[in-house]
Amino acid sequence: MQEAAVQMPDTVPGQSVISAHHLDLTFQTNDGPVHALKDVSLDIAKGEFVSFIGPSGCGKTTFLRCMADLEHPTGGEITVNGVSPEEARRSRAYGYVFQAAGLYPWRTIGGNVRLPLEIMGYSKAEQAERVARVLELVELAGFENKFPWQLSGGMQQRASIARALAFDADILLMDEPFGALDEIVRDHLNEQLLKLWARTQKTIAFVTHSIPEAVYLSTKIVVMSPRPGRITDVIDSPLPPDRPLDIRDTPAFLEVAHRVREGLRAGHGDE
Amino acid sequence: MMWLVFAFGAWALGWWVNARLAALPRTRVTGLVVPLIFGLTLIAIWEGVVRGFDISAVLLPAPSMIAARFAASTAILWEDFVQTVIKGALTGYVSGCGAAFLVAILVDRFDFLRRGLLPVGNFVAALPVIGMAPILVMWFGFDWQSKAAVVVVMVFFPMLVNTVQGLADSSAMQRDLMRTYAAGYWTTLLKLRLPAAMPFIFNGLKIASTLALIGAIVAEFFGSPIRGMGFRISTSVGQLALDLVWAEIVVAALVGSAFYGIVALIERMVTFWHPSQRHL
Repeated sequence: MQEAAVQMPDTVPGQSVISAHHLDLTFQTNDGPVHALKDVSLDIAKGEFVSFIGPSGCGKTTFLRCMADLEHPTGGEITVNGVSPEEARRSRAYGYVFQAAGLYPWRTIGGNVRLPLEIMGYSKAEQAERVARVLELVELAGFENKFPWQLSGGMQQRASIARALAFDADILLMDEPFGALDEIVRDHLNEQLLKLWARTQKTIAFVTHSIPEAVYLSTKIVVMSPRPGRITDVIDSPLPPDRPLDIRDTPAFLEVAHRVREGLRAGHGDE
Repeated sequence: MMWLVFAFGAWALGWWVNARLAALPRTRVTGLVVPLIFGLTLIAIWEGVVRGFDISAVLLPAPSMIAARFAASTAILWEDFVQTVIKGALTGYVSGCGAAFLVAILVDRFDFLRRGLLPVGNFVAALPVIGMAPILVMWFGFDWQSKAAVVVVMVFFPMLVNTVQGLADSSAMQRDLMRTYAAGYWTTLLKLRLPAAMPFIFNGLKIASTLALIGAIVAEFFGSPIRGMGFRISTSVGQLALDLVWAEIVVAALVGSAFYGIVALIERMVTFWHPSQRHL
């Protein structure tokens, strides 16, 4: 299947945006050390859409949080845009989308999207212009003055994506952003996310535990397994960049999904 | 006998009208009128029973007598109101709550303060106001300053505890979000933690509003210039002028309700987003 892999047209080979080498992270708990990540090495090129998939406890979220400087590895090294995650965070190199929308209920949708812009000191005019633009991008134009609790879960999550897009970070880190949503809303958001990725050319790291979601979205699928959290397979997707939803019924898609499933099973086998 | 019949009639009429109103669909008007009729009925029964049984004015004056006394002594009541509510309670409330708010931010910032100061605050809050008031009167003199000091002692701790708890109320995810924006301590405080703490802060302010009035009145029992609501109550009891005592109590009840109501109204405006305040 490897030979079937095609180079995605919008990835720039050799230009590594996120690069991890022999990354270790051990949490000290009352029940002894927990190896959340062990010897994890990965390169993510500019413009790639990389999914991390695996059962709970495999370290996929921890790995993402390491990229975001929300966790600190205990060994190995990781760079984001060629610098340490902390420097990358301080230079606002990435937008992070959490599992829950986490919008502030005292702010309107527009106010929530404006929050990072206020913190980063954009001018009032630019704030308004950017809020309007990203809300348009996630199809929430017209909802600017609504409060989060007046919107559905799917709309809230779209607003939180708009919030992460507002300040033009080149990297988007997404931690199971659609995990809590129902299948239909999820399909729709996946489709929108692909369009958004094609339009903005961002590098996206996406944590999920849905195989179809990972295969549908990604140019590269990273299969992980738990105890200790590690990478068991890295699959370059042979699927074309233009992906209508029914691509999920094609043999190529099913083949990739099969390989992901095999990888997940193998990771469980040597427990 | 006539008065007892009157009391019974008022009870029956009030019951009948309210039962009819309660059966109607709930609107703004009935929501206001029903408790009003209940209160008026209660006052009418009180009037009838006091007059019917000829109860001594020292034990329980009739509402009409209290009202007459109220109307005749507005100058005294106003003077007492200014002395006790404006100077004593309000000054103490504002400075006590303000100080507690600032200390709460420090306690939240520095963990050693949380461990050192909160137990001490707990201890001070456990001191009975009856015991503290005479001491504070000794320290700060007979005038309103000592009353404000008593109020400060009373409101400080509930306000402190509520604010500290509120500042800890933001979720780990919300704080992580601020971290991804590289937001510093003050930005996080202003944009996230203070807004998230507002329901708790207003809870503290509401508790403190009732404590402030109690503290200011009780403190006057232990020494006061010849004005103030607490002073008037304790001296009028000595003169058996119970109608004036009741008039002061009416003032205290009105002021207390208004005070609490104003704080609750501001709360509704500030924390409109909180599930307990949403009406959408």
